[in-house]
Amino acid sequence: MSVYYTKEHEWVSVDGDAATVGVTDFAQGQLGDVVFVEVPEAGRALTQGGEAAVVESVKAASDVYAPVSGTVTEGNQAVVDEPSLVNTDPEGEGWFFKLTLSDTHELSDLMNAEQYQAYCASL
Amino acid sequence: MTESEKTLPLDGWHRARGGRMVPFAGYQMPVQYEGIIAEHLWTRTSAGLFDVSHMGQLLIAGPEAQKGLESLLPADLSSLQDGRLRYSLLLNVDGGIIDDLMVTRRGDHFYLVVNGATKFGDIEYFEAKLPRGAVLDHMREQALLALQGPKAVDALSRLVPGVAALTFMTGAAFEIGGAKAWISRSGYTGEDGFEISILARDAVAVADLLAAQPEVKPIGLGARDSLRLEAGLPLYGHDLDHGTTPIEAGLAFAVSKQRRAGGGFAGWHRIIKEVADGPIRKRVGLLIEGRQPVREGAMVVDAEGNEVGKVTSGGFSPSLEAPIAMAYVPLASAAAGTRISLAARGKIFNGTVTAMPFVPHRYHRKGAQA
Repeated sequence: MSVYYTKEHEWVSVDGDAATVGVTDFAQGQLGDVVFVEVPEAGRALTQGGEAAVVESVKAASDVYAPVSGTVTEGNQAVVDEPSLVNTDPEGEGWFFKLTLSDTHELSDLMNAEQYQAYCASL
Repeated sequence: MTESEKTLPLDGWHRARGGRMVPFAGYQMPVQYEGIIAEHLWTRTSAGLFDVSHMGQLLIAGPEAQKGLESLLPADLSSLQDGRLRYSLLLNVDGGIIDDLMVTRRGDHFYLVVNGATKFGDIEYFEAKLPRGAVLDHMREQALLALQGPKAVDALSRLVPGVAALTFMTGAAFEIGGAKAWISRSGYTGEDGFEISILARDAVAVADLLAAQPEVKPIGLGARDSLRLEAGLPLYGHDLDHGTTPIEAGLAFAVSKQRRAGGGFAGWHRIIKEVADGPIRKRVGLLIEGRQPVREGAMVVDAEGNEVGKVTSGGFSPSLEAPIAMAYVPLASAAAGTRISLAARGKIFNGTVTAMPFVPHRYHRKGAQA
């Protein structure tokens, strides 16, 4: 299993062609208290870089983009019911959705943990 | 930080306490420390310390100070006693709001607190319009702190004996930690609390003293906004602007009865007509269904989807744990209980007009039970 990151501060954890997507700890820190999350329904086809989910904090609304293309297999109802999971466990229980990758080559566009850490440090 | 963003006296103080600094009103200011919801709820249950030194503090003195101010503000200043504050509005000739402000009679002069983002424009306007017998002084050397919440009086009384005797919308001169201070019982959260005007050079020492009290935590701009929204208090530049009148904004209380008849202030003709006939639109509070906040800029739409109004403030209420908003709607839709449709982010949201404040005010009014 490998974890990849985007410049929009999403993470994607990949196991074969199954992937789980969420927002990073850096992102939740920037957002502040998350009060609303909308996740895509199972069966929805996502394209890399397209709008996939919505996350809103007290201050602002943000879109979450699909880090990779694929078909959604599950949206996380737990994070819809308890949006503060995004703050308390962004890279664990606070995941947004799972999908089946349609093109694993897209992963090469993403950053690894070390690259992402360096990217955040540069912001 | 850009060069045009100036620093305030407590800039380093906020940074040392983990304040996340953002550009605001031309300054760098803390938007939050530990988190907006925690800071919000702390203020509602204990006491929050806010740095509002970006706001403009003005003195207007001279033999024609009262007359000059009354030509611009719809307030009856002749009835404003020494040491009393009044909420008022700086109006343009069309009755539009240039700024909202607090005016206090302090002996032979008036002390005004105006918004930070509008202060330089206000000063220009005052200087252009005030008669020669009224002199304006911008108190650039003053800082301003607000201590807000049900335990503010406990914390401040420990440092400033006698301050508990102030009632809502009164003020007096005190000393805090040896520093001269003008303290009023007022604020922008709906809670009991105080606003403390001190010299900028004393700001760090006074902020340290206040923050050392067990009831007190520093609070950022984020919670200041969510607190005032729950309290139903409008924010200039969002809920009020040059194109809105006091009557549309639901601020008729700031147009004194005496002045309605007599006039003699900017915008009187339009305002008096709106008082008689009703305004075209009105600022209302909205409870939004579901959990998703509806933000400033969202459209109020009618059954056919036509835009008939606009959301001017919106967010998540930490006290109610639900989204709330302020919007301008047609007068026919302004009654409490009216269902309102809103369009935002490609979706339709449903809301219900509700009386404001969303969360009851808890001011320490004269004559009220403690």
